[in-house]
Amino acid sequence: MTLTIGIDVGSSYTKAAVADEDGVVAARVSFPTGYNFTSAAQSALEQVLEAAGIGRDDVRYIAATGFGRYMVPFRDLAITELTCHAWAIHTKLPTVRTVLDVGGQTAKAIRLDETGRVKAFRLNDKCAAGSGAFLEKTVRYMGYEAIDIPHLTNDAGDPADVSSVCTVFAESEVINHLAGGRSAEDICAGAVVALAGRAGQLVKRVKPESEYALSGGLTRVPRMQRELEELLGCEIHVGDDELGVYAGALGAAMLAHRRLRKLEAAAATTSV
Amino acid sequence: MSEILVGGVDVGSTQTKAVVMNSDLEILGRALIDTGVQLTAAAEESFALALKDAGRERSEVAFVIGTGYGRYRVEFGDAQVTEISCHARGAVFLFPKTTSVLDVGGQDTKAIRVGDQGQVLDFCMNDKCSAGTGRFLGAASQALEIPLGELGPLALTAKNPVRMTTTCTVFAESEILGWLALGRKTEDVLMGVHEAIASRSISLLRRTGIEPEITFTGGVSRNTAMVSMLEKMTETPINVSEESHYCGAIGAAIYALDHALAETSATASGGITP
Repeated sequence: MTLTIGIDVGSSYTKAAVADEDGVVAARVSFPTGYNFTSAAQSALEQVLEAAGIGRDDVRYIAATGFGRYMVPFRDLAITELTCHAWAIHTKLPTVRTVLDVGGQTAKAIRLDETGRVKAFRLNDKCAAGSGAFLEKTVRYMGYEAIDIPHLTNDAGDPADVSSVCTVFAESEVINHLAGGRSAEDICAGAVVALAGRAGQLVKRVKPESEYALSGGLTRVPRMQRELEELLGCEIHVGDDELGVYAGALGAAMLAHRRLRKLEAAAATTSV
Repeated sequence: MSEILVGGVDVGSTQTKAVVMNSDLEILGRALIDTGVQLTAAAEESFALALKDAGRERSEVAFVIGTGYGRYRVEFGDAQVTEISCHARGAVFLFPKTTSVLDVGGQDTKAIRVGDQGQVLDFCMNDKCSAGTGRFLGAASQALEIPLGELGPLALTAKNPVRMTTTCTVFAESEILGWLALGRKTEDVLMGVHEAIASRSISLLRRTGIEPEITFTGGVSRNTAMVSMLEKMTETPINVSEESHYCGAIGAAIYALDHALAETSATASGGITP
């Protein structure tokens, strides 16, 4: 059995996965990146090898992706996260043609063809109001942590009106809502509605085709999926087993296998 | 006629400023506090402190004008005037040759072109994005754990400033820590932050026209590195004074004096020159 590793050094979280030729995951890890991308990558490698119970020599190829992919000194290959997300989603959910990847500091809308190739994409990496940072800051203003977002937003019945213009300005809105007696649940749900609105605009700019999938860290917030479904008027797939969270790392590991097959085929031709 | 006293209270998003002035346009008392979440209470407290500083009683004050983001929460105020008008009027009072005002506050930045009487001819402000406002410095202050007041002097010691790549205030925090992780010096990172704010401010100022004299007002005008960066980038000397932080409140008090004089004497109503 040949094993590869995909390491996705994201702006907020670093994810790593060990996969075999069929895309079956032997182990995976996820932890906050911090400020040193290289040490995050090193740590991801050590942790995922340990989780899989294998050594460095058991791994044939390592592909790095994400914001910090060029800061992974031991990589064999660097691939953009657009390609990795697209490939992982395509493999697991072959009917999907439009992927929305919302992470800690970026949002990306990607249109794919039936072979999993990226045909068009748009990204927002300039403004926190379009990314997970918007939600994280909003709940921090109210004394919660990012981990509280799913349960805070899940059952909120009446989302507060939160504008999606600027994360910093949203702080004043949050304070006004709290002073006006609105619950943290309603305010946080309002922030999810605002974020879904921004993400929906990004999707429209890639001339989306059905079917749709959500990827990235925001797949951990079921309310985000529901709000997007309502906004876009269609079903949004998220896959099973936290596919969205690990799609970058998994896609990288699977693309590493594809590269290995090409290298082996080339070597076979040369030797003939 | 007994001495006429007037007040100006500027309830900003971050800090509240109040001044008490007389009809000779002398500043008798001033106060500066953090706004916090209770805007009404901040207005009350700042004005009480300004009166105390002046050694005067509330009952002696003929007219009070509220300005700033929380101007409608100055419940004891007799009228409200926008902070744009007040900064324009205050800036021309502080520096009579002012034609452009740059007001950089806690959450917004405004460029104002003014006439010789302090009237607003044109203005431009950031209302969709907090990049390039005092909050950007606030983010740096938090990320680096350095008090706001020490940022400017430290930045001025920079020899090799970094070039910030993020625009967003929220992302700036992580970029700052990222530069430090790469081993860059604190002062070099800080100067990069100042440069980023200055260039955002100047792009706003360009839309109303950069013409001397430029007067810099608002809380960020107290930052020496910002002043020198703006001077370098506009190639023009920038007016700042000890009172620049109070400029909105001063403008409000001058507007209050207009009202007070109009009320006390019909003949005196035309007699105010800024």
